[in-house]
Amino acid sequence: MNLKEWIFTTDHKRVGVLYLIGSIAAFAVAGILALLMRAELSTVGPTITANPTNYNVWLYGHGAMMILGFQIPALTGFFANYCIPLMIGAKDVAFPRVNALSVWLFYVGIILALLTFVMPDPPDVMWTGYPPYSTITTGNTAMYTFTVLILGFASIIGGVNFLTTVAYMRAPGLTWNKLNIFVWCTLGAFVLQLIFVPVLGTAVTLISLDKYLGTHFFDPTQGGDVLTYQNLFWFYSHPAVYVIFLPFIGVIYEIVATFSRNRVFNYKMVVYGGVFGVVALSGEVWVHHLYVSGMADWLRIGQMITTLMISVPVGLLVIGLVGTLYKGSISFETPMLYALGVLFLFLIGGLTGIPLAVTSLTVHLARTYYVVGHFHYVMAVAGTFAIFAGVYYWFPKVTGRMYNEFWGKVGFWITFIGTNLVFWTMMDIGVKGMPRRYYDYSHFSQFEGAHQLMTLGAVILGVGFVIAVLNWIIGAARGPKAPDNPWNSNSLEWSTVSPPPHGNWPVPPSVGADWYPYGAAKK
Amino acid sequence: MHKTTKRIPLILAGMLAATAAWAEKTASGSVIKDPAAGWDHLWREVIIDITIIGILFALMTAYFIWKYRRRPGNEVGNGPKLSAAAAVAWVVIPTFVFLSDDLYVAANGWQLWNNYREVPADRLEIQLETGMYSFDYTYPNGVRTQNELKVPAGKPVLLRMTSRDTLHNHFIPDFRVKEDSMPGRVTYLWFLPKEVGKEHVVTCASYCGVMHSYMASKIVVLAPEEFRAWYDQEGSKQGGSIKTVAENKAATASKS
Ligand code: HEM
Ligand SMILES: [Cu+2]
Ligand SMILES: [Cu+2]
Repeated sequence: MNLKEWIFTTDHKRVGVLYLIGSIAAFAVAGILALLMRAELSTVGPTITANPTNYNVWLYGHGAMMILGFQIPALTGFFANYCIPLMIGAKDVAFPRVNALSVWLFYVGIILALLTFVMPDPPDVMWTGYPPYSTITTGNTAMYTFTVLILGFASIIGGVNFLTTVAYMRAPGLTWNKLNIFVWCTLGAFVLQLIFVPVLGTAVTLISLDKYLGTHFFDPTQGGDVLTYQNLFWFYSHPAVYVIFLPFIGVIYEIVATFSRNRVFNYKMVVYGGVFGVVALSGEVWVHHLYVSGMADWLRIGQMITTLMISVPVGLLVIGLVGTLYKGSISFETPMLYALGVLFLFLIGGLTGIPLAVTSLTVHLARTYYVVGHFHYVMAVAGTFAIFAGVYYWFPKVTGRMYNEFWGKVGFWITFIGTNLVFWTMMDIGVKGMPRRYYDYSHFSQFEGAHQLMTLGAVILGVGFVIAVLNWIIGAARGPKAPDNPWNSNSLEWSTVSPPPHGNWPVPPSVGADWYPYGAAKK
Repeated sequence: MHKTTKRIPLILAGMLAATAAWAEKTASGSVIKDPAAGWDHLWREVIIDITIIGILFALMTAYFIWKYRRRPGNEVGNGPKLSAAAAVAWVVIPTFVFLSDDLYVAANGWQLWNNYREVPADRLEIQLETGMYSFDYTYPNGVRTQNELKVPAGKPVLLRMTSRDTLHNHFIPDFRVKEDSMPGRVTYLWFLPKEVGKEHVVTCASYCGVMHSYMASKIVVLAPEEFRAWYDQEGSKQGGSIKTVAENKAATASKS
């Protein structure tokens, strides 16, 4: 195995693994930043740094790296790259070199993001980069702009590639209604990326133009408007949560169906109701991020209704998942534990989003730790659990070896307990008024105990993640050899050897009329 | 707001037999509906609503996990293959259930929203200018205060807000209200102070710069006569600034 082969690879599986390694590295860095923040917040007043800017930079780095460097690349970079060609029985993606370009761009983006921590005056604009602050700060807003642009570009060319691949390269007999749920979900996510990333690109470019070239897009003294940025930003960044949500729920569908040895409950409802519904509604709800931003009243009320309506397709997706357990034959290996964990975390996160959809309730809840708790449940940790579930699930395929089941379960339970300690507490103090993005909470000192509990929880949760990652590293290096289809799945990616060779199958597969990716494999 | 937009939520709420109870209560007594009380009421209702849904789903999932665990005699899944009619029903019925719950919540939320946005006519109107990192208030008679707002109990207080630099947010947790202030636009919020002698924390809730977490203020509720005395005394002390109020007013008028 030589390094040059890996760097210049055009094999979708290697590109995928490169994405995985990069995104796990970003996760590690962003996770360490989270621990630094939690350490800082463990007492009222300065704790580990006397300079608020340090905290603000950590928070910027944490948010931006977790979303743009970890979750989106892990889900639409690793899983999509690794699994989609295998699931549709293709030898590779439609444009393998473009694929290689996208992973290189991704690494450039990650490196830019990491430079934040060695450069003078790093960005301190939060991952949202709102003007006017982002245009007057001494922090380096350009760095933020370029990081977002490069990662966005990597994702767009990935999107073009995968839409083409699925449209034209499915195995003979593999009709649209036989696609894995994960493939549908990922297609939905890429459609969203293609439509909305350019808007984000525009927004972050305009703030740098304002700051460095003296334009006035967001400067009201010269006829600009600060709210325009917030609209542009969330016009992308709300759909972005579905770019995370759709693939992660897709991963969970694969796992739940496999470990229940069951067909997916009401497949067409899941695809045409759930996935299509989410895609259709996702662009009409961004104003729920601007409920206390001074938007026109009628817009705030109108988008309360569209936001609440999102509960319909999302509800259908949850019904499909729970329905797949019905009359199954369920076993509880590590991937399934994580998948059931996602179901639980997502249930809490989704339901606690309902008050946030209600404009008048949000007048109190917005910009507090309630929001931070909610979105960690629904996206951040649910998504992370799903990524961990998926890595465990496809681990035997990717590496040809098995991880350690015992330590897998131990890691899961530790993380699960820590997670709930941290994020439940966040929602609790948020309702009581604790604002987010606070380096020092000296006028809310009554929350010191709660903050200490969260710091403890964050350490516990971190230990669980470290156990999982060590489990992968050790398993990949010297785990026992894995069989080709350890979970006894019908889906095509398991029909080749582990790990699959370049080109995936000696003879590309075709499927019969009664083949279906779910249900116990027919021997 | 237009009359019709006010009526729609009422109709919706009526349709679902869900007129907010707190609104009825206050309508008979005083004319002022306190949004903070409405918030507490709606919050409780919505929490009950989502707790029930959550527990139902969680129990069902737990039951399935236990009932259909893999064991001798249950080695392969045997999920139902739905007929076309059943498949459609599984979309239509949940959609209907979720949508009606959504509408119920939306109707109540909308009513409360109108309450938040319609300021009673008899009110104390304050101009607020935010800046890194202070809240600067100006009373109708030109009295200015910084990071402290004295108000009389029982009278609605309206803040008209703008900012001289970055985004800020005047968040009063006790009154369940916040709104951004920003350069170039005038935004508003109102609240109803009640308890004499009480101090309410005000805190900045929009990231505005390095010292964001230190930007705070307080609302001090005085008895009406006590407030009047303080107000008149300060007014004559700071008399010179009356002109600034006029300027302020002119400025806000031209912007909005
Ligand atoms: C793994 C454990 C994690 C811990 C302990 C943690 C903790 C925190 C804390 C303490 C904050 C800042 C609260 C504040 O000052 O306002 C925060 C913000 C945030 N976190 Fe996490 N987090 C974790 C994982 C994640 C993950 C996996 C994501 C992935 C999407 C994520 C995304 C964010 C975002 C977007 C913000 C908001 C940043 C901002 O306000 O600009 N976090 N997190
Ligand atoms: Cu959103
Ligand atoms: Cu602030």
